[in-house]
Amino acid sequence: MIRRGPLAQLYPPSWPAIVTVGIVLAVIPFVSGPYVLSVLIAVGLSAIVAVGLSLFIGYAGQISLGHAGFYGIGAYTSAILALRGVDGWATILIGMAITGGVAWLVSRPTLRLEGHYLAMATLGLGMILNIIMIQWTSVTGGPSGLTGIPPLTVGSLVFDADWKLYYLIWVMALLVIWGFRNLVHSRVGRALKALAESEAAASSLGVPTARFKEMAFILSAMVASLAGSLYAFYLSFVSPSTFDAMASIEFLIMAIAGGVRSVWGAPVGAAVVTILSQAMKSVVPALFPSAGGEYSILVFGVLLVVILLFLPQGIVPGLARGVLTIRHRWTRPGDSGSAAPGGEG
Amino acid sequence: MSGASLLQLFFSGLTIGSIYALIAVGFVVTFSVTGILNLAQGEFAAVGALTAASLHMHGAALWVSVLAGTAAAVLLGIVMERAVIRPARRIDLLSVVIITIGVDIVFRGAALMIWGADPLTLAPFTDRPPLHLGGATLDWQTVWTVAISGVFFVALIWFFQTYQGKAVRAAVMNHTAARIVGIRPSRLSFYAFAVSAGLGGLAGTIVAPITGATYDMGLMLGLKAFVAAVIGGLNNAPAAVLGGLVVGLLEAFTAGLISSDYRDAITFIVLLLMLFVRPSGLFGRTAGKRV
Repeated sequence: MIRRGPLAQLYPPSWPAIVTVGIVLAVIPFVSGPYVLSVLIAVGLSAIVAVGLSLFIGYAGQISLGHAGFYGIGAYTSAILALRGVDGWATILIGMAITGGVAWLVSRPTLRLEGHYLAMATLGLGMILNIIMIQWTSVTGGPSGLTGIPPLTVGSLVFDADWKLYYLIWVMALLVIWGFRNLVHSRVGRALKALAESEAAASSLGVPTARFKEMAFILSAMVASLAGSLYAFYLSFVSPSTFDAMASIEFLIMAIAGGVRSVWGAPVGAAVVTILSQAMKSVVPALFPSAGGEYSILVFGVLLVVILLFLPQGIVPGLARGVLTIRHRWTRPGDSGSAAPGGEG
Repeated sequence: MSGASLLQLFFSGLTIGSIYALIAVGFVVTFSVTGILNLAQGEFAAVGALTAASLHMHGAALWVSVLAGTAAAVLLGIVMERAVIRPARRIDLLSVVIITIGVDIVFRGAALMIWGADPLTLAPFTDRPPLHLGGATLDWQTVWTVAISGVFFVALIWFFQTYQGKAVRAAVMNHTAARIVGIRPSRLSFYAFAVSAGLGGLAGTIVAPITGATYDMGLMLGLKAFVAAVIGGLNNAPAAVLGGLVVGLLEAFTAGLISSDYRDAITFIVLLLMLFVRPSGLFGRTAGKRV
């Protein structure tokens, strides 16, 4: 993940981009059907998780193989508490607090070690959380999960229709993107960037590396929990299979496919993976009549390997570089002073 | 609980533990030689098991099927090293770990395409009635499993005393220094993948008569073996064998004495505890480097 050179300076687009994306997304429900809306809701939920994860991967230089577990803590906390009559918004905050605590407990001993101990620990944590969801039947409903989760409300506004949740989820997603963009450009963000380039150098300049890595991890876990809660209120149903190891890997693919050093990478990665998996659900059975949806994992595996080998910065910075290269070729040689595409966007 | 039942649990823990041990040694061989945590390791077992089972079902002799299953895994390990790991050598190790996850998914998807979702069966290596020992039954497959992993345990200890084994240890300690004295880490990487894939494939063919062979068996086997390798210390091959037995026995006794629902959970709780308390493994000499 550690990349030097001009693209490391490629800053994500600032607030005009967020407003533009916001306006486009706001118009969509008026021109599209329920299917497109449901796909976009899935993209929005995944984007929230993937943005946090990409911040952690790209700026702390570590990976988590258990983010579906944090997503699941949010979803189950909201489901369990809302079914017992707790206010929906309060359950979101409680879920985030629990997730933050669990993430802190796991990261504290492991992030201080060199190597990928956190990756291994999150892998184990994700498995344990999933086993608890399946086995603690009296609370979690076991393999069949929990149903009938009451919707979120604000005064007399009830979030009970898809289009209402669509707006809620995307407002949250854009807020998270905006927040992370600001964080990346802040003093802390610059410190994290230095940390990802060289931990020794950052540490010698006085960056509390372990504490910042821990912070990035806890933040990304809490954001995943937020998305999980929203998921529970959207479907009004949760079950363990949504939060298994494969889901963690899918979040990882989204973050990496889009590009972990660009705030827009994660939403694009979430869109690519979600739309690809929807497309395969309709295409694969036509090509292989005996096949189930499981075949799509093969494509995701290939996608992950190919991107890391050939487009290691991810789709968004990769495309940005491609566009800039073409633009550079179109201008006369020597016309532009530098070949460096940095600072664009 | 009677002594006989405890003995029975001990036997079943020993069996599955020996399987984990073989796969765990594969983890350790790759990790200590190349620095890569190959999370696709468990899939070699699945490919070995599925190849052997399908060949045997089509009439091949049992020993031919077992050898072919192991060979198929070796071939896959070699292809993986050449096609994916070697081109990725200039990428940072974290990305390579993620690449191995991608390869794992590809193997699993391909196995589903080739063999389908239904489990295949393989005949036990020795088709004789089980032994009776102290009131407990002992399957011949258990004897095979323990014997084969025991042979590898001894072979590993012997290997590291030989000239080649010392070359491997030198490369593990210091890549650059090893190169200066004429050891080629890139060739070692090739052999590491071939050997660890072969161990995984062999483990798969041994476990197939006990659990059956399915396209998704590699994930759990790989994860459990990984925990075994962490217990052993990730770069200590003989210790990984002991780690495998620890995991196997823990699982068997948890399932027998507490509840089979939490059999898998105990393994991952042990993983977390190990990472928190002794990240260098039970037998590690140096503590993890504090930053």
